[in-house]
Amino acid sequence: MKILKIFIILFLSIGFSQLKSNEKNDELKNKILKNIRCLICQGQSVYDSESDFASSIKLIVDKKINDEMSEDQIYKFLRDKYGDWVIYEPELNKNTYVLWLLPLLLFVVGGAIIRKNLIFKNS
Amino acid sequence: MKNKLSLFAIIIFLSFCFAIFYKGLNHTNTYTPKITDKKYIPIFEAKNFNSSTYLKSKKIFEEDIYYIVNIWASWCVPCRTEHPLLMKLSKNESAKLIGLNYRDNLDNAKKFINEFGNPYSQILTDSDGTLSVELGAYGVPETFIIDKNKKIIKRFIGPINRKIVEEIKLIIK
Repeated sequence: MKILKIFIILFLSIGFSQLKSNEKNDELKNKILKNIRCLICQGQSVYDSESDFASSIKLIVDKKINDEMSEDQIYKFLRDKYGDWVIYEPELNKNTYVLWLLPLLLFVVGGAIIRKNLIFKNS
Repeated sequence: MKNKLSLFAIIIFLSFCFAIFYKGLNHTNTYTPKITDKKYIPIFEAKNFNSSTYLKSKKIFEEDIYYIVNIWASWCVPCRTEHPLLMKLSKNESAKLIGLNYRDNLDNAKKFINEFGNPYSQILTDSDGTLSVELGAYGVPETFIIDKNKKIIKRFIGPINRKIVEEIKLIIK
């Protein structure tokens, strides 16, 4: 009887840990898929699309997660195949620095203009 | 004066839109992305179309010649339009044509080949589309040119036409 109890506890704990790891993998998979652009769809992520292209990407991402590739490694793999455009959030490099720095620059310039106007009004 | 100016601006704007859409209408549906850095073909293993054996990429592209990889499917209508051109291209001896059957029903694919002819020296099966992703493909039809160094030097998204066939012939000459 004691052995049976130990066996049941062991069985359940293995089952739960497996379930937890699957849940973790699913979360990561969904996070990645939501950040990948479906290149043949109009304004849809791979996560939202049911196209052949999206289905193939979903399978590949699933396979790469099972091969224990990290999120960044999967993005790198897809970037190598399809270019920066495939990822919704582009990384900072020589082609995208304007995209990243322009809003910051506009914010600083805008802030400076507002500040100047306020000082002018107060005086 | 102000009214006239705004009318003139609207006309200019509408003409600009018309010109863009008109140009778009005449634009070919074949998209050729620029390949800035030529990449080596990925290492993969694919199922043979005619048997259930698996082939390694090294074995498929072992000869010191150009290879043309064409992704096709029996359900793909544009594949039917480009098929006669592929048949002509297959007569060219300076390159080998490899077919990659994409997410297809095997029976339908075999019927397609029996009906329209087989331009390919070898056909591989990509039943779930993952092999096409490894190649960086968008869908069907798509054609890649692989040079003697086993690098992808050109690719054509969409069905090939006579102009593209001439371009391919020039490259593989």
